[in-house]
Amino acid sequence: MSIEVKNIGKSFGENPVLNDINYLMEPGKVNMIIGMSGCGKSVLLKCIVGLLTPDTGEVLFDGQDFHRSHFKGQREIRKNIGMLFQASALFDSLTVEENVAFPLKMFTRNSPKEISDRVHFCLDRVNLRNVGHLLPSEISGGMKKRVGIARAIAMQPKYLFCDEPNSGLDPLTASVIDKLIYEITHEYKMTTVVVSHDMNSVTNIGDKIMFLSGKTKAWEGDRHSLMNSNHPGLNEFVFVSDFMKNKK
Amino acid sequence: MIKGIYHFGRYLLLLRSFFKSPERFSVYWNLVLEEMVSVGVGSIVIVIITSVFIGAVTTVQTAYQLVSGFIPRSAIGSVVAASALLELAPTITSLVLAGKVGSHIASQLGTMRVTEQIDAIEVMGINSVSYLIMPKVLGCILAFPILVTIAAFLIILGGIVAGDWTGQVTIADFTFGARGTFETFQVIFMFSKAITFGFLISSISAYQGFYVRGGALEVGQASTRAVVFSCILVLVADYVLAQLLL
Repeated sequence: MSIEVKNIGKSFGENPVLNDINYLMEPGKVNMIIGMSGCGKSVLLKCIVGLLTPDTGEVLFDGQDFHRSHFKGQREIRKNIGMLFQASALFDSLTVEENVAFPLKMFTRNSPKEISDRVHFCLDRVNLRNVGHLLPSEISGGMKKRVGIARAIAMQPKYLFCDEPNSGLDPLTASVIDKLIYEITHEYKMTTVVVSHDMNSVTNIGDKIMFLSGKTKAWEGDRHSLMNSNHPGLNEFVFVSDFMKNKK
Repeated sequence: MIKGIYHFGRYLLLLRSFFKSPERFSVYWNLVLEEMVSVGVGSIVIVIITSVFIGAVTTVQTAYQLVSGFIPRSAIGSVVAASALLELAPTITSLVLAGKVGSHIASQLGTMRVTEQIDAIEVMGINSVSYLIMPKVLGCILAFPILVTIAAFLIILGGIVAGDWTGQVTIADFTFGARGTFETFQVIFMFSKAITFGFLISSISAYQGFYVRGGALEVGQASTRAVVFSCILVLVADYVLAQLLL
C-alpha cells in the first residue's frame, strides 16, 4: 500500500518545476508535502495521481509504475484512489448525497439500498447529517471539504490525496478537517498524502513530512524532527511567525 | 495556420478518446436521454418562435417577388415548403441552436474544468471524454433531427397562416403547391443536415469547453468561440452537403 516517487522531474516549457524528487509515502500514515507557494507541491501531487505526466522518473503504487501502465492498469490503481481537491471539486449539479454516491454508481453494481447505506455511513463518518439533499452551493466551505472527504472514502480507497485541505477555512474548521483526515487515515490504514503550507496542520497531523524548496526535496522527517531541524530553508519556512518561534 | 492544424489534430484526438475504455452502457443510456431532454425540451420554445416567423416571412417575401400573373399562387407553397425542408429548417434551426446549445455545452464543460470537476472524474479512473462529451454529442445527434422536423412543420404552418391572413395565397393553393414539388429525398437531405450539424455543434463546443484554462473570463471566451466556430462550420458543412447530395 506504499507509494514511492523516484527521480520525478517536471517542466512546463522552458520552466522546470520539479527536479529529481524521491519520496516514499508509507501506509497508515499522513505523509505531508510542504513548501512555499509555487514550489511545485500541487504539481507533484498531480504527477502522483496521474493528472500530469512527469518528464522523468516513476510513480510506484505498491511497486506498479502508474505512468507506464496501460489505461486499464491505471484505472485499477485509480479505483483505489480518493482525492480531496483544494476547492472540493464537488459536482455542482448533484446534491451532496449524489456526489458521494457518484463513484459507487459508476464502479459498483450495488443495489440502490446498499449505495444509500454507504452514502449515509460516509456522511455520518465526516459528521454531516441532514444535508444530503442540498446542493454544494448551499453548504459552507468546511462542509464542502467534508463532503469531498466522504466522496473520497466512499469506495474504501487504499490511498487518500488531499490538496491543501485547509485553504480558505477558519482555524477551527481547519482543525476539524485535519482531525478527520488523521482519524480516517489511521482507522482505515490508508496511505494519505497531504499537500499543505499550513503549519498547524503539519505539526498536528504530519506523520511524515517532505519539504520542497528550489524545485527539489530539501528535507524529510517527522513532525518532531521538524521542530528541531537545523535546515535553514526549512526553519525559515516553519518559524516565520512569532508564535512558531516561541513554540520552538 | 499551424495553430489551426494543432487544434484540428487535438479535436480529432478528442473524438478518438470517445471510444477509449467507455463505461457501462446503462450509464451512457441515462446520460444520453438526459442530454436529449436538455437539448430538445430546453430548445423547443426558441425553435417554435423562430420557425413560425421564418415561415411567415418567407411566404410574404416570396409572394412579393412572384408578382407576375404567369406564375400561379401555388408556387409560393412550393418555394416555401422546399426551402423549409432543404435549407431553412435544418440550417436556421442549427444556427439558433449553435447559440443556445453550443454556448451551454462549452460553458458547462469549461466551468467543470476550471473548478477541477473534470480532474475529479479523471482521478476516479473515469474516461472524462467519453463520460462527459459522448452523451452530449449523441444527445444532439438524436435531438437535432426531431427539432428540425418540428421546425420544418412549423415553417410550413407559419407560411400557410401568414399567406392566408395576408390574402397572398389560400390554404388550398399553398398545400397544392407544397405537395406538388415534394420529394422524399428532401426529407432525407434535411435529416442528413440535422445529424451533421448536431454533431458539429456539440463536438466543437465540447472541444472549446473541455480544454479551457484559466477562470470565469476564459470560460466566457470559450463559450463565445464555441458559438462562432459552430456557426461558421455549420455554414461550411451546409454548402458541402448541398454540393455533394443535390
